[in-house]
Formats: sequence, C-alpha cells, structure tokens
Amino acid sequence: MNVEEHTHGDVHGDLHGANVYGGLTEDHGDTHWAFGTGFDTEPAAELTAPVPAGVDAADLAEYCLMLGDDALVYSQRLAEWVSNAPELEEEVALANTALDLLGQARVLLARAAHVEGSHNGTARDEDQLAYWRTDAEFRNVALAELGAELDFARAIAQLLIFSSWRLALLHRLRDSADPVLAAVAGKGVKELTYHRDYAARWALRLGDGTELSHARMQAALTWVWPRVDELFRTSDVERRLVAAGVAVDPAELRGEVDAVLDEVLGRATLTRPQLPGAGTIGGRGGREGVHTEALGHVLAELQSLARQHPEATW
Amino acid sequence: MVTATSTAAAVVGTVVDPEMPMLTLADLGVVRSVEVRGDAVTVTITPTYSGCPALAEMRADLATALTGAGYRDVEVRTVFSPPWSTDWITGDGRRKLAEAGVAPPGRVPRAAAGPIPLSLDPPSSAAVRCPRCGAPATEELSRFGPTACTELRRCPACREPFEHMKEI
Repeated sequence: MNVEEHTHGDVHGDLHGANVYGGLTEDHGDTHWAFGTGFDTEPAAELTAPVPAGVDAADLAEYCLMLGDDALVYSQRLAEWVSNAPELEEEVALANTALDLLGQARVLLARAAHVEGSHNGTARDEDQLAYWRTDAEFRNVALAELGAELDFARAIAQLLIFSSWRLALLHRLRDSADPVLAAVAGKGVKELTYHRDYAARWALRLGDGTELSHARMQAALTWVWPRVDELFRTSDVERRLVAAGVAVDPAELRGEVDAVLDEVLGRATLTRPQLPGAGTIGGRGGREGVHTEALGHVLAELQSLARQHPEATW
Repeated sequence: MVTATSTAAAVVGTVVDPEMPMLTLADLGVVRSVEVRGDAVTVTITPTYSGCPALAEMRADLATALTGAGYRDVEVRTVFSPPWSTDWITGDGRRKLAEAGVAPPGRVPRAAAGPIPLSLDPPSSAAVRCPRCGAPATEELSRFGPTACTELRRCPACREPFEHMKEI
C-alpha cells in the first residue's frame, strides 16, 4: 500500500550527506531511487466527490470497506504465490491478478476514509484502514481470507469462485449512484473478466486432465464450497444501500454466478459439491466482522511491518 | 514564461510511458486533458489498470517536463472514469508498438447486453499477427505478461516469443 516516497534518509537516520543512494535520485523532486519504488499518494479526482443525496455516509463508508477488504485480503493471499507458483507464467498471472485487486482496494479504502472523514471528522487514510484495523474491523467475506497453502488446485477453485462473483457484482455496480463505486466497477469489470477466464481455463485443464489433476481439483472445490453461500447473503448495510441506488444486492447474483460455475464444472467433468454453507455466528458473518482464524494470519503478514515501525517512511 | 495551451500540450506530448518508453503518454491514450491558466497547468491522466504501478512515475515525469518548460504551478490529476481502453491508443502508438516488437491490441469488441460471457476455449491463434516476421497466426503462451497491459505469445513461423498488448 502507501509506503510514502520520502527520502531514504528517514529510515537510515541522518545520513543525507553520506547516503549511498543519494546519487541515484534526480534533482527534480522525484525521490524514487528506482522505477516502481514510489507509490502514488495523490488522491484521484473522484475520491472526494460528495456523498450522494439521501445516502447515509456511515453506510457508504462501510460498503466501501466491504468491497475494498475483499480485494485487499484476497490480494494478499494471491501474493503468497510469488516465487511459489508451479510455473513462472502462473506466478506472473497470479501476481498480476493480485495487483489489479490491490489497485481496486486502494481506491475503495481511500473512498471509505474520505466518506468517513466527511461524516464524523476522522482523518484516516487508506494506509491506516489497511494497517491499523483489527480483524473484527475488517468487512471481507471468508472466501477472501482462505489460505490455499500452495495447493494450486485450491488457488484455482478460490479464484474461479471469487472472480465469477466479483465480476457479476461489479458489472451491476457500474450504475451505482456513488461515482467512486461506479468508477472502480467500470475498470474492475475489464480486469475481472481476465481473472475469471484464467481461473476457468485452469479449472478445465485440471478437471478434464489426468486422474490425479481431476481428483485434486474436485477436492479443492470441496475445500472451498462451504464459503460460497456467504457471498450471496445480504447484510443490513447492503440492504439499505440497495434501496438508495448505491449497492448491489448480492442475493441477486446467485443465478448468474451459478450459471457460470455450472458451465465451467460441466466442461471440466467436475461435480458441484453438495455441501451446506458454513453459516453465520449469531446471524453475523464477514460483513459484520466475524471471521475465520485465517484472517488473523493474513493480517499478521500484511500489518506487521507497519505496526513495528509506526510512521516509518522509506 | 509560456502560456499557450498548445505549448503545454506539446510539452506533455514529449513525456514517455515509464514501462513502455517507445510510447508517449499521449500515444498510450492516458492523457485526458491539459488545461492552462497563466503559468499554471493542470494535466489530467487516467491509469491503464487499477493497480498500475507506474502512476507515480507518470505524475513525476509530467511535473518535471512542465516545470522544466517554465510552468510554475503544475498539477497532475488522476481520474478513473471513463475507464481507459486500448482503443484509445493512437495510430502512431500502434505503429510504434509494432516497430518495437510488441503486437498492438485489436479493437475491443462491443460488449453485448447482459452478463459478460466466459471464454473457455483457447483463444484464436489467427487474431494476433507476429510483429517480427508478420506471420498472421500466433499462439498464446500466457494471458499475463511482464506488465499489466501485455500478454505473452509465440510465433510458430519465426519461433520468436513476443508481447502483445491485450485488449481491454
């Protein structure tokens, strides 16, 4: 996320005169010492758009967190494949997918921070939301936090379901009354179309492949399936925002997502698992901050550096 | 002091893409507008992909070029909507890509109404021409390439791998 692009002297102490990296910086205010080391910290023009009339700001901020946390947490999981994928091409594909989702997450978290600040005067930014919330403050679905544990079939099953669902969601969200949600959806639809095709083709290759690849792909579906039902559960916040023309009702996505999964599983000679959903606890799930133990592991990795070195810049 | 919008646009037109330096940002179609008021200039750009890591570089390079040309007050804004499309790459841009060995994108097909269809079948090998030898049919190696914008392909005629800017 947003590691600020100050000079390296901030981390190395007062070494400005002797900083060995000094020669690499150019004297025009661009302090990146190499390509890609800076993060764009300038907010996009749309992020500061006013909350649409008749929309509750707290609800809108919460909804931005839901969709942003799905992308952030799952992006972190996908990044586990970097240097661990079975082929370099698959590592590049999964890392690209993670990067797209991280980009979506940054905009959504920045929007959540802006809307929250305009509502109650807090001044958090995307980084504070990513690094300084506890697991109970995250609003992602459980599917996003599951760890595939370097089982490639699991990664494909998880990505197939996540991307099919998010694509259907963002496709409808392009008409949101909130301009930021609509903008994220407009870009995200194009990206997720590639993610879904990638996962679907691998599901086909593994499912309709060897006896072993078929068995492992089927086992991966069994592993992920209890997390599917939650994707189509409508939270109270979503219900209110659907009425305001801001949100998409996830319950409406089920038919489209089922049709996609049936098409892929059928061609791949895989069987749709007959397993009940994991359900909620006291009527609460990921959207209300109730998570599996897997989220703690994701956040430990995601947040540890920022928490050990608060305010650090490099 | 420089003031004319056409001058600022010309300065912006010299700035190249950090990941594909054979293209200017204008060739790539990410520059949405250049507005000048006195010696202040506002450039509006749009990212190619949501997570485009080159955005900070683009911003810095634009600011450097405009400051160097004498503009005192330079603002580079980012907008997300409407979403960038490879259809915005100019004719010049397409020619420069091909000359650099990167197959330019085809036209983005018009989206039909209703859900976005899956594309489960291997992509058509005839769709992308080899930028090196011109053979009309090439094969996909990987849908995802070294940058977010590109995919990897191979030409069965000259046996060379190459990048193709994929349509979005």
